[in-house]
Amino acid sequence: MEKRRPFINIILTVILIALSAVFIAPVFIVLLNSFKSKFSISQTPFVLPNNDTFVAFQNYITGINDTGFLSAFGWSLFVTVLSVAVIVIFTSMAAWYIVRSGGRFAKLTYYLFVFSMIVPFQMVMFTMSKLANSLGLDTPLGLVFIYLGFGAGLSVFMFVGFVKSIPLSIEEAATIDGCNPMQIFYHVVFPILKPTTVTVAILNTMWIWNDYLLPYLVIGTDYKTLPIAVQYLKGGYGSVDMGAMMAVLVLSILPVVVFYLFAQKYIISGVAAGAVKG
Amino acid sequence: MNKQIRKYSPILFLPVFLAFLIVFLIPFFLGIYLSFTEFTTVSDAVFVGFKNYLSVFTNSGDFLNSLWFTVRFAVISVLSINIFAFALALILTRNIRGRNIYRTVFFMPNLIGGIVLGYIWQLIINGVLYNYGYSILSNPDFGFLGLVILMNWQMIGYMMIIYIAGLQNVPHEQIEAAKVDGASNTRILFKITIPAVMPSITICLFLTLTNAFKLFDQNLALTAGAPARQTEMLALNIYNTFYGRVGAEGIGQAKAVIFSLLVAVIALLQLYLTRRKEYEN
Repeated sequence: MEKRRPFINIILTVILIALSAVFIAPVFIVLLNSFKSKFSISQTPFVLPNNDTFVAFQNYITGINDTGFLSAFGWSLFVTVLSVAVIVIFTSMAAWYIVRSGGRFAKLTYYLFVFSMIVPFQMVMFTMSKLANSLGLDTPLGLVFIYLGFGAGLSVFMFVGFVKSIPLSIEEAATIDGCNPMQIFYHVVFPILKPTTVTVAILNTMWIWNDYLLPYLVIGTDYKTLPIAVQYLKGGYGSVDMGAMMAVLVLSILPVVVFYLFAQKYIISGVAAGAVKG
Repeated sequence: MNKQIRKYSPILFLPVFLAFLIVFLIPFFLGIYLSFTEFTTVSDAVFVGFKNYLSVFTNSGDFLNSLWFTVRFAVISVLSINIFAFALALILTRNIRGRNIYRTVFFMPNLIGGIVLGYIWQLIINGVLYNYGYSILSNPDFGFLGLVILMNWQMIGYMMIIYIAGLQNVPHEQIEAAKVDGASNTRILFKITIPAVMPSITICLFLTLTNAFKLFDQNLALTAGAPARQTEMLALNIYNTFYGRVGAEGIGQAKAVIFSLLVAVIALLQLYLTRRKEYEN
């Protein structure tokens, strides 16, 4: 074991506390400004609210009304939860199929999945959104289908890596017991995949919850998700209501931070595990 | 068993394949084709050969400006993020009280979306610059610096987590043995620690490099390319070519093909070079 060296550790602790303050400060400053009147934000963001500038929850009311925040939150939740569930269920099955079926076609598509991870979204954004519109996928449910296609690359890749490490004998035993492939997958394989499932779910949640351009191009502002609602505040008017903006920023960050504080153990180990396999 | 599984391909494999086909494969190949045509909707495409590709470089300097801006941004932010993240990981693998709390704090910004991040930093940077009579839009250097700071704030914690996972696998006995032999700390760092975390370095460089090149949301929210498109990165430049004015879609698609090739070549080159380093050790 490394022995404690108090002096160095005290210096490092001071540095870490200072850095933590730097990391939290931006969010804290936005929070402070969300309680100030809209004209006293841009020029003096670092001044605390006082009697003249404090407006209580006025900005929150304006922000929620101007952006349709509650419905945006609802749609974000709907699209994210459903997409992640669909991605986890179908890509884990596909990964198992790719590894165990031994088919050449499945192998080839695996390489295409991996390839799709590097291709920037701009390459397909125009053609994809045109195709999606003509197929009637420009709805929240359509988005779920689209996310399955874009999430396939990373998710299949990670599940394939894990399935390869599962000994075949376990599945063969289940076959002898009379299980059909669907039963084998759900009773034997899927439970073993759990650590990867958590990682895949976390990485996809972080991506879909925050995604702006894809839903904006596919359904525009008919069904706003949170990032679209925030950007809408800027685009919708000539000048931005800074008060409403601050309030909406706080409201977008809050659920993420709360979720993070509850699930941080899984999120951090999930991200670390994802990187090792990537 | 294989045959049994194949019978179930309509449930096991088809849904993912169908989604992938419709949202990626078809749009991808259609995109390559359309880059050689002039079009405003997909159905009215007229073949024009390499005209769009020539226009990308000859029409105006905007694409090359964006390319240069993006390359500078990528080099500086990839270096700074990885150096800070690695240093933090080294500190947080020491025996320090409360290290889990610091880890939680440093990772937090990575969960905030790009659009929101952009507006947070716009407020702060404008607030600082206001004291000197400027705003982030007065000079492209402000926008550049803002993007670098934003990207560092967002990604340092993420990369730190990956480096910590790598550092925990460094063989402790080797370091102890080197200490007994009287090796200096710097020597241990460069001869034992860094070679041992080479796989983490590969991943972190890959993630920061591709994220830096593909950056869009943060760019759109922080400066939207202003002033005069001088802080417009490649992804935003392509977006503006497509949706900024009618008639340039073919050029936009040609830019997208060049962009994809560039990202693929840089990513594969980086993976090849750092993986080779992994095997050397």
